[in-house]
Amino acid sequence: MADTGVLETLLRRIEKVDDGVDSLEVATSLGVDHQVLVGAVKSLQALGDLISAELRSSKHWELLGEGTEIAEQGSHEARVFGSIPPEGLGQSELMKLSFGKIGFSKAMSNKWIRVDKAHEGGPRIFRTVEDIEDQVREKLLLVQRGNSSKLEEKEKNELKKRKLLSEVTVKSYWITKGSSFSTTITKLETELTPEMIANGSWKEKKFKPYNFEAMGVAPDCGHMHPLMKVRTQFRQIFLEMGFTEMPTNNFIESSFWNFDSLFQPQQHPARDQHDTFFLSDPALAHGFPPDYLERVKKVHSEGGYGSQGYKYDWKVEEAQKNILRTHTTAVSARMLYKLAQQEKFTPVKYFSIDRVFRNETLDATHLAEFHQIEGVVADYGLTLGDLMGILHEFFTKLGITKLRFKPAYNPYTEPSMEVFSYHEGLKKWVELGNSGVFRPEMLLPMGLPEDVSVIAWGLSLERPTMIKYGINNIRELVGHKVNLQMVYDSPVCRLDS
Amino acid sequence: MPTVGVKRDLLFKALGRTYTDEEFDELCFEFGLELDEITSEKEIISREQGGSKASGASDVILYKIDVPANRYDLLCLEGLVRGLQVFKNKLEAPRYRRVAPVSGEPQKLIITKETAAVRPHAVAAVLRNITFTQERYDSFIELQDKLHQNVCRKRSLVAIGTHDLDTVSGPFTYTAKPPGDIRFKPLNQTKEYTAAQLMSLYKTDSHLKHFLHIIEDKPAYPVIYDSNGVVLSMPPIINGDHSKISLNTKNVFVECTATDLTKAKIVLDMMVTMFSEYCSQPFTVEEAEVVYPDGKTCKYPELAYRKEKLSSGFINRKVGINEPTEKIAQLLTKMCLRSEVTGVGDEIQVEIPPTRSDVIHACDIMEDAAMAYGFNNIPYTTPGTYTVANQFPLNKLTELLRQDLAAAGFTEALTFALCSKEDISDKLGKKISETRAVHIANPKTAEFQVARTTLLPGLLKTIAANRKMPLPLKLFEISDVVLKDETKDVGARNSRRFCAAYYNKSPGFEVIHGLLDRTMQLLAVKAARGDGYHIQASDDSTFFPGRCAEIFFRGKSVGRLGVLHPDVLGRFELAMPCSALEMDVEPFLGRTAETALAHEVAAAAAVHRPPPARPASTRTVFGDVSAPAGLRALDDFLADKSYVEGFEATQADAAVFDALPAAPGPALRHLARWYNHIESFRRERGGLPAAKGRFVLDAFEEHVDVDAFNKI
Repeated sequence: MADTGVLETLLRRIEKVDDGVDSLEVATSLGVDHQVLVGAVKSLQALGDLISAELRSSKHWELLGEGTEIAEQGSHEARVFGSIPPEGLGQSELMKLSFGKIGFSKAMSNKWIRVDKAHEGGPRIFRTVEDIEDQVREKLLLVQRGNSSKLEEKEKNELKKRKLLSEVTVKSYWITKGSSFSTTITKLETELTPEMIANGSWKEKKFKPYNFEAMGVAPDCGHMHPLMKVRTQFRQIFLEMGFTEMPTNNFIESSFWNFDSLFQPQQHPARDQHDTFFLSDPALAHGFPPDYLERVKKVHSEGGYGSQGYKYDWKVEEAQKNILRTHTTAVSARMLYKLAQQEKFTPVKYFSIDRVFRNETLDATHLAEFHQIEGVVADYGLTLGDLMGILHEFFTKLGITKLRFKPAYNPYTEPSMEVFSYHEGLKKWVELGNSGVFRPEMLLPMGLPEDVSVIAWGLSLERPTMIKYGINNIRELVGHKVNLQMVYDSPVCRLDS
Repeated sequence: MPTVGVKRDLLFKALGRTYTDEEFDELCFEFGLELDEITSEKEIISREQGGSKASGASDVILYKIDVPANRYDLLCLEGLVRGLQVFKNKLEAPRYRRVAPVSGEPQKLIITKETAAVRPHAVAAVLRNITFTQERYDSFIELQDKLHQNVCRKRSLVAIGTHDLDTVSGPFTYTAKPPGDIRFKPLNQTKEYTAAQLMSLYKTDSHLKHFLHIIEDKPAYPVIYDSNGVVLSMPPIINGDHSKISLNTKNVFVECTATDLTKAKIVLDMMVTMFSEYCSQPFTVEEAEVVYPDGKTCKYPELAYRKEKLSSGFINRKVGINEPTEKIAQLLTKMCLRSEVTGVGDEIQVEIPPTRSDVIHACDIMEDAAMAYGFNNIPYTTPGTYTVANQFPLNKLTELLRQDLAAAGFTEALTFALCSKEDISDKLGKKISETRAVHIANPKTAEFQVARTTLLPGLLKTIAANRKMPLPLKLFEISDVVLKDETKDVGARNSRRFCAAYYNKSPGFEVIHGLLDRTMQLLAVKAARGDGYHIQASDDSTFFPGRCAEIFFRGKSVGRLGVLHPDVLGRFELAMPCSALEMDVEPFLGRTAETALAHEVAAAAAVHRPPPARPASTRTVFGDVSAPAGLRALDDFLADKSYVEGFEATQADAAVFDALPAAPGPALRHLARWYNHIESFRRERGGLPAAKGRFVLDAFEEHVDVDAFNKI
């Protein structure tokens, strides 16, 4: 709080006048810095409606250092002129003067002086006129005396450019009496205390008003990771739709369950070293269901179940190779196989959201591991229209209602459809994910009844999250390079709003 | 997905009309293609090599079209146009025919037995009286390239060679010879090289170097000669210069050598069906005869048309539409699958042309019908599949814990499951051999050498990347690590862990310890030895000596907490003290723990399960467990115990387990819990510690040693 002396003096000044006072004038007359007065105004404002203060700003021109020098001693060119005696002055002599160099050329261009280069003893400067008018100095003097309005804007800007003048903005308060004006200051209470409540003194006290413009104190709390918040929402959506969660806690998978069981041929490029992480230890899986293995081998190499097959030499060695699973569909395959081993088929709806791994080239939107969201429905007589209907329900829960389906290719689904939605912001159709009906060559060797269809779809968790939270570089979201501030600041996740 | 680049104006000319970019994009979408990019050669060069290089390049507009990976018939302008024209009902699908040569004698390709060891298969055909233009020629070369990249799997499965038939004379011999014995002038070279010299010449060729590995280490290389000893090609690397085709070539000899015969036939069919359009007799292909080492002969190309019968009801049912049989047949015909109604019920006979090798099952035909109908014209329906949703118990517990750990003031991190060996060993002061880590065979960088065996390095790296944030940093993660486990079909399993770290100016062991207490409170585990949890001093090279404790839950170690060793901090570039906690989550699943995991079930089905033998004796110290009274006594006994004896599974559990004639019902819930738990030791039960007491009695032993109860 400002010095009470200043506060009271200020209040008395205000009391004496009818309209109000200017803080700048009061400061000048009290001989204090303007900032002291500003502090006093703020303090008084904090005490209630003692005064009212209106912020004013005014602009005026002030001389800069060089401008002040010129106003006192004349412009450089005038001083050059003044320093040349009637008999002239050696150029080298002139240049020794502080203003010599800078004033010389201007004086020349004003035609006040001339140079006699042929003069004996070196070039010599002579006056060419009797008298000069030092306009620059006169203009600056006008400004110095507070008469800058007499100069034209162009002239002022010219001088400003020469760094002789500058325009300064002065802020001051116009202070008038407030609704509860008084010249005495009562100290305000900052907070309600238990004592005040106990003895009832709060009734008599005046309280300092709160500054509601300021931010509150941040609570000391933990935070959930945004990607996991989105995962929670997706889980919720699946659960709302009656889908059971699959146990996907097995990152290591055999090529058999990851590819072969899905009727993905052994020469498929996805099974290249470039796309998939293979394991060196433990390198091989064992213990595939022997009958099922035979059926898988047959459907690949010879066909069957109404299929031509791929007609190649299927090798169990290839199927045994352990990998980091490239999709959670490997787990779906295990689940469907398990379902087929039941005595009687029962319809199921399954989902999972978990990590998958690709030996890909990394960039701003691709990492070697990401989360796959997957939904699977198995029942008698499901149609492509059913798949579209379920996708429509699913995406409606995400706030996406306008869908479009594009025919696509996938080794284990037929038909396969890419799902697009219309993005209002980008004004175009964007791909959301993939979907399809599992091939009979995948389902029948498992032992599922022939008239059971299995429909499925998948999408990544990272992409919708990056869009939701406006993140451009995936490394800021996933992995140890995460920006924790972003984690601290991220709002709750409501996918449908 | 392969991308095919075609000149827009040429495409429109062939399609007989022009489209706006939007219209063409729409057409592609409907047909399952994607107009990926609209560009020009100039634009491509200037993007890839800089503007100055592009000055002379053509600015003819190119459409880059993404084609589904199984549609080899759409990999060139000719095929694309044919597919789209038939789709738009502007053209009837052509009929491809294999014809005998006018001369009567077909070209022969004789395969010798030497090829068996390197590249055993070959097929061939002749395009007779073909007329090339510059554009057709370019497309012909481009298609070979696209096929090589896709169905041929970078020439490893199939390699195509095309030759000017008039420069060579049959019969041709496909053989294999030592690299030093093969000598010829390869395509676009001025002198002769031996095969060995060629291999080193092409080491630096940006295009060909990718194919060298296919035969490099073989003792003999494949080679095709004509009857005068002229080399046609050395597959899968390069053709001879002598027989190279030009714009003036009239007769083309096409050969495909392969390691996969099915694919070779498909590739040959593609080459000849696409370009026979330009023969004097369009869509006819002259046959060639392939003679096998055993003397058997075969005529190629196969150009097989396969007939399938299916019902329109099947298609309607699978797609979810209701179209008359006639209409379904029309839809299929639009997709180059010529179809007719047979008149028998709702039966349709579908003819699959040689260009559609992707159609291998009725479901492929069904998809084509759906595409022709228009995916976006199919009405949405909601299946009536009634199911009750269940959460995976481990994930359910994880979700609940995460909520409350965040409420306890810790912030969730999300770190990678893959990391370097160093992260999980050296940096933590451990040996890699002690970690039970699974190792990745083909990591591109050190960041992907192993799957993590601990969550701690991820959290420490997260702290290191956020050192500028205000202290303290309080992080946690609940996620899976991967450990080798021989009892699993893949030899490894995930293990769910909870890890937390506190990083501040003082180590804050009490904060991490407090978090452990809070976590146990959340898990409804009381602080007590025996049935609850407790911690006791332990040694661990990751932690500061004397500042590490092991966490015990029901007598079993489930994790550790403590102040990290300064060396560990240093290796993670951390300057402040840090305390941390890492523990298993799965032991806290309680009743749901025994829920069989699906991937185990599938694997378990494979394991030969011996028929359950009748227990030798059902008489135990608890009474006869084949009678309800005995079972109840055992259930009571297990009400407050995890094991029959002590705090871990022993042979005593195994013995009592075997004595039970059947799995107990759910009414005996303590017994059922114990039974399921002991059953999970099935594979490793041989390794369980020996029993101290005797719990199962001989079948006819009279005396029951009641003291056995009191000893426990």
